[in-house]
Amino acid sequence: MHKKMAFSFPDEVLEHVFSFIQSDKDRNAVSMVCKSWYEIERWCRRKVFVGNCYAVSPKMVIRRFPEFRSIELKGKPHFADFNLVPDGWGGYVSPWIEEMAGAYPWLEEIRLKRMVVTDESLELIAKSFKNFKVLVLSSCEGFSTDGLAVIAASCKNLKELDLRDCEVDDLSAHWLSHFPETYTSLVSLNISCLGSDEASFSALERLVGRCTNLKTLQLNRAVPLDKIANILRHAPQLVEFGTGTYTADVRPDVYSDLAGVFSSCKELKSLSGFWDVVPDYLPAIYPVCSKLTSLNLSYATIQSPDLIKLVSHCPNLQRLLVLDYIEDSGLEVLASSCKDLQELRVFPSDPFGAEPNVSLTEQGLVAVSLGCPKLQSVLYFCRRMSNEALVTIARNRPNFTRFRLCIIEPKTADYLTLEPLDVGFGAIVQYCKDLKRLSLSGLLTDRVFEYIGTYAKKLEMLSVAFAGDSDLGLHHVLSGCESLRKLEIRDCPFGDKALLANAAKLETMRSLWMSSCAVSFAACKLLGQKMPRLNVEVIDERGPPDSRPENCPVDKLYIYRSIAGPRFDMPPFVWTMDEDSGLRLS
Amino acid sequence: MEGCVATELRLGLPGTDNVRNKKRPLQEADEECGANGKSDAQDETAPPAKSQIVGWPPIRSYRKKNIQAKKNDSEGPGIYIKVGMDGAPYLRKIDLKVYSGYPDLLQALENMFKFTIGKYSEREGYKGSDYAPTYEDKDGDWMLVGDDPWEMFITSCKRLRIMKGSEARGLGCG
Repeated sequence: MHKKMAFSFPDEVLEHVFSFIQSDKDRNAVSMVCKSWYEIERWCRRKVFVGNCYAVSPKMVIRRFPEFRSIELKGKPHFADFNLVPDGWGGYVSPWIEEMAGAYPWLEEIRLKRMVVTDESLELIAKSFKNFKVLVLSSCEGFSTDGLAVIAASCKNLKELDLRDCEVDDLSAHWLSHFPETYTSLVSLNISCLGSDEASFSALERLVGRCTNLKTLQLNRAVPLDKIANILRHAPQLVEFGTGTYTADVRPDVYSDLAGVFSSCKELKSLSGFWDVVPDYLPAIYPVCSKLTSLNLSYATIQSPDLIKLVSHCPNLQRLLVLDYIEDSGLEVLASSCKDLQELRVFPSDPFGAEPNVSLTEQGLVAVSLGCPKLQSVLYFCRRMSNEALVTIARNRPNFTRFRLCIIEPKTADYLTLEPLDVGFGAIVQYCKDLKRLSLSGLLTDRVFEYIGTYAKKLEMLSVAFAGDSDLGLHHVLSGCESLRKLEIRDCPFGDKALLANAAKLETMRSLWMSSCAVSFAACKLLGQKMPRLNVEVIDERGPPDSRPENCPVDKLYIYRSIAGPRFDMPPFVWTMDEDSGLRLS
Repeated sequence: MEGCVATELRLGLPGTDNVRNKKRPLQEADEECGANGKSDAQDETAPPAKSQIVGWPPIRSYRKKNIQAKKNDSEGPGIYIKVGMDGAPYLRKIDLKVYSGYPDLLQALENMFKFTIGKYSEREGYKGSDYAPTYEDKDGDWMLVGDDPWEMFITSCKRLRIMKGSEARGLGCG
């Protein structure tokens, strides 16, 4: 054993050095240097990130990191957001909570994404962790306001309660009253997902009033416009605010009240909410617009002229979420007014309509790509695109890190040339060398995947739908994209060959999702047998895959690497292909 | 597709083409059954709608719910108000944006409640019938329909009531 420089430092010094290393990637790298660094690092890691809750077991995590204070877990695959993952698939957090509750009481932060959380788990959290501070539930489901009531009542040191995009069983708005009168530590509250028509405004107002450190408050739709002024009056120190419904009969007294109270919010940087907007009330927020860096108008069904007026008042905007009512003309104004824009998301106001209802085309995106030099993240829904526009966009904005384009009609060709959009997306991956995330749409052949495999060396996540001609397409991606971690594919003619030829690649990725493709049951079995460190799960609501011929394609396939082995909480429509019999029936 | 059109509830006024279907789940193509009034003719031969593809376009369900609510209001926000008539057992609801002006509105009301409104004059109100159309404005006052310019009327009207009998005649006289 060579005693090198690394061993001449006492553990405490190394620990101190490691305390400056926060990112998981760096921590993981540190732990691989040598055994002693591994040991020191694991004892002082305070934040654990588990990107796939089935990749590792709770016991394993606790065994390796005995003193973590914060855990982040992700459950269902991303396509669950679009109803492609049937209910009951999994992603239960209870085994994790139960293990952690038993292991040690000093856990402070839990962040979950796309997991199933029960009221029992919330109660267990409230009871077990005396210094619990942060609960962030993102796109979770399975719990009710009863569970929230227990958290409110018991967690005396709670600082953050964020329920972004959750599906909550809204039994009663009175859970808010369970925060004791002595409780004042709240810093961040996001209840925007809650329904609950009978909202407990007085409890909310009192809570906001006594929590003087409150920085983030995102209300739900049930809070009417005339209540906002009262709430904001108690919290002029807010940095992020989400309104409730932004509609009311136009009354001068309500308006001036609102405008006045917004004027007093000197720290406000981010606004959201804005359900059911009545345009007459928008100018009330003008006093804060010049300082705004983030604006979420994606629920505001207001037309382009009102959107343009608003956006022109916000020169420091870095992040904008908006409906396509903004139209190309509005995006042109955005491009000239908001030079600091980094992220833009344009959602469709009428995604299921046969005809376009607004004048939003590829031109809007071209304008923004030209006018906003810092733009790096885009999510754009539109109805037509051209290779020419995409090439222009790529040339204008080589600093894209996230580019998600959704042309609403599947397999839409270049509207000018009627060709596939291979060349356009090819330009995106060629020019945007730091591209980490890409979503494709429109008419695409295997060619686009060749471009992606050749150029997209930093790409970590790729979403594909209704694209490609053959296995070659998938092969290009799996063999070429060195940094690929997540690949999700639906309705593409990709089959067994590419998958089996690149089986080893799958162990270097977090997960692969394929639905409505052409992967046979036989190939799934083979993959499961040959790759013990992969969980190969077939999801098929038609019944057991072995009730059909082996060469029949499976409906949905989810493959992920795991050191925990196959899971045992699967519903009847999920089968794991493993190395034993090749099939485990539930 | 034809069966769909035949059995749908027509909430528009009799004699109009206004077809609005409020209680349709989002997954069934709105365009199939002509929620966009203008595409009624095309829909008989329309191909299966996008909305029949599960999970496409990739939009989160809470966004879809928001869109659904807006679709029910049809293109752009309508101005929906309740209309009652003295003696009628239940109220009706109309979208003021649909009418071009007072004559259009009054004609529709006559058809809806099967009565005849008299002739309007600024001096005498609605002369020649037992009925007077009135409305409650933003200040909570009951006003005679027709005194204000149409655009002003539709923004300040909160509900309509067709008064009958002596009350109605009272309004007509100065």
